[in-house]
Order: sequence, then structure tokens, then C-alpha cells
Amino acid sequence: MTSDHAASVPGDHAADVDRHVRIYITVFVTLMVLTVITVAISYLHLSTPVAVAVALFVATVKGSLVAAYFMHLVSEKKLIYAVLLLTIVFFIVLMALPVVTHSNGYWIHE
Amino acid sequence: MDIPYTVEVRRDTGLTNGKIGIWLFLASEVMLFGALFASYILIRTGAPSWPRGDTILNVPLATLNTIVLIASSVTMVMAWASLMRGRFGAYRMYMGATILCGLVFLVVKYFEYSAKLHHGLYPSTNNFLAIYFTLTGLHGLHVIGGMAVNAYFWGPGAKLWKTNPAWFTNRVENSGLFWHFVDLVWIFLFPTLYLL
Repeated sequence: MTSDHAASVPGDHAADVDRHVRIYITVFVTLMVLTVITVAISYLHLSTPVAVAVALFVATVKGSLVAAYFMHLVSEKKLIYAVLLLTIVFFIVLMALPVVTHSNGYWIHE
Repeated sequence: MDIPYTVEVRRDTGLTNGKIGIWLFLASEVMLFGALFASYILIRTGAPSWPRGDTILNVPLATLNTIVLIASSVTMVMAWASLMRGRFGAYRMYMGATILCGLVFLVVKYFEYSAKLHHGLYPSTNNFLAIYFTLTGLHGLHVIGGMAVNAYFWGPGAKLWKTNPAWFTNRVENSGLFWHFVDLVWIFLFPTLYLL
């Protein structure tokens, strides 16, 4: 035990941290594999709707891994989940805006 | 006056003030990048034709940058985990690696940008390039901002470890949350700009 040990750090114990470190390495390897998959898929030259769906799906899986494990959202307090839920709702509205105008045909020249 | 709830959690929120503060900030960041993404969707779906990113942009360089940024997220979280284990030396090493990865990312980005400008491809050239420069430019500014904070915690800010290790650990966790967010944004920018 070194003299600069952070005994007063709240929450995780050393054993928990060791377990977390193993998870971080696993997530890192998974993210690398998914990055290779993302690039590999682009060489298949799928039709645009399929390519967009696949690319966004893989990106969402990668983003979720980063948020869940690196940003510790797997074990966070309720208030942060509430803030993020509100953010997700407004984010969906933001993404829906162009989609809604699109389906109206207002922005499309046909 | 001391900043309240840096180590102790507030009973009503169950969190330190720094933690709730950084998450509220990140929520506003989601909306900032979200607005630009929505604009991108709108302009792209409304355009008569749109180039595939890989016909204009350098995919191998961007893939390299993706790997560099993901690696920097791992070293960032390892820097925090090192403090949790009380290993300050390891923290310095991992934080230094995180800052270096940020630097590599920016250098690669500089080569990408200068190649575009050299070929007469400016933000004003077309909508694709306007969106490319706006989104990657704003993201690049976030990388610079994150590096500045991380460099402070690697250098002069690390003095806090001697007097209040728990507070310092929380600060590094919060700057890590920002850094992971910057990585997360890139995870979406890479396929949507370069590969589709």
C-alpha cells in the first residue's frame, strides 16, 4: 500500500476497480472490431437506405458501449437518467424535424 | 469560500455538484451537435444528388483517427481507475497518453484539412464540404478543449491530489466524461460523413 493511496475516495473498492478495468479492455476490443466492421461494410456498396441503417446501427452500438461503460451509465444515479431521458426526447424531436418536412414533400422537388 | 459538494454527495440529487454539472453540460452539447446533424439530414435529403463521403474524403486517415480516439477513451478511463487505486504514477502515464492521442488526432486532421484546401476544396465549394468542415471543425474544437482541461489535470491541477485526492479523482472523472462524449460524437461523425 503506497502512502498516496486514495483511501478517502468514495464508492468503488480496489477489487471493483480491477473488475472494471477488465471490462474496459473488453469494451475497447469490441469497439475496435466494430470499427473494422463499419469500414468493411462500406466496401460492400449496399443501397443507400440499407447502408445508412447498418452504419447507424453499428454506430449506436459503439456509442452505447462508450456511454454505458466508459461514462459509467450502467450504474448511475436516477437524476442523471432523468436528465438524459429528457435529452433523448428532445434529440428525437430534433431528428424528426427534417424527417417530417421530408414526408410532407415540402422540401422535395418532385 | 469552498465549492460545495465536490466529494460528498448532495442528499437531494445523490450526486456531487460537478457530476450533475458536467452531465447537464453534455445534454446541451447533444442538442448542439444534434441541431447540426438535423441540418445535415435536411440538406442531404433535399439535395438532388449527394456524393458518397469516400469519393472526396480520406477513409484510411479517418479510420486511423477513429482508432486513436477510441484508444484515448480507454487511456482516459484507465487514468481515472489508476487514481481510484491510488496509483498516481500510473495516472500520469495514462493521462499523458490520452493527451498524446488527442494531439495525434489533431495532426491527422490537419493533414486532412490541408489536403482538401490544397485541392481547392473549401467550405464554400459545396454543401457536402460545408457540412464536413462545420461538423469536424466543431468536433476538433472540442478535442482541443478536452486536451486543455486534461493537460491542466496532468500538470498544475494535479497538485490537488496531495491535499484532496478524492476531489481530484472526481475532477478527472468529470473531464473524462467530456472526453468520452467527444469520442462518442466522432463515432457518429465517422460513418455519416466518410462512409455513406
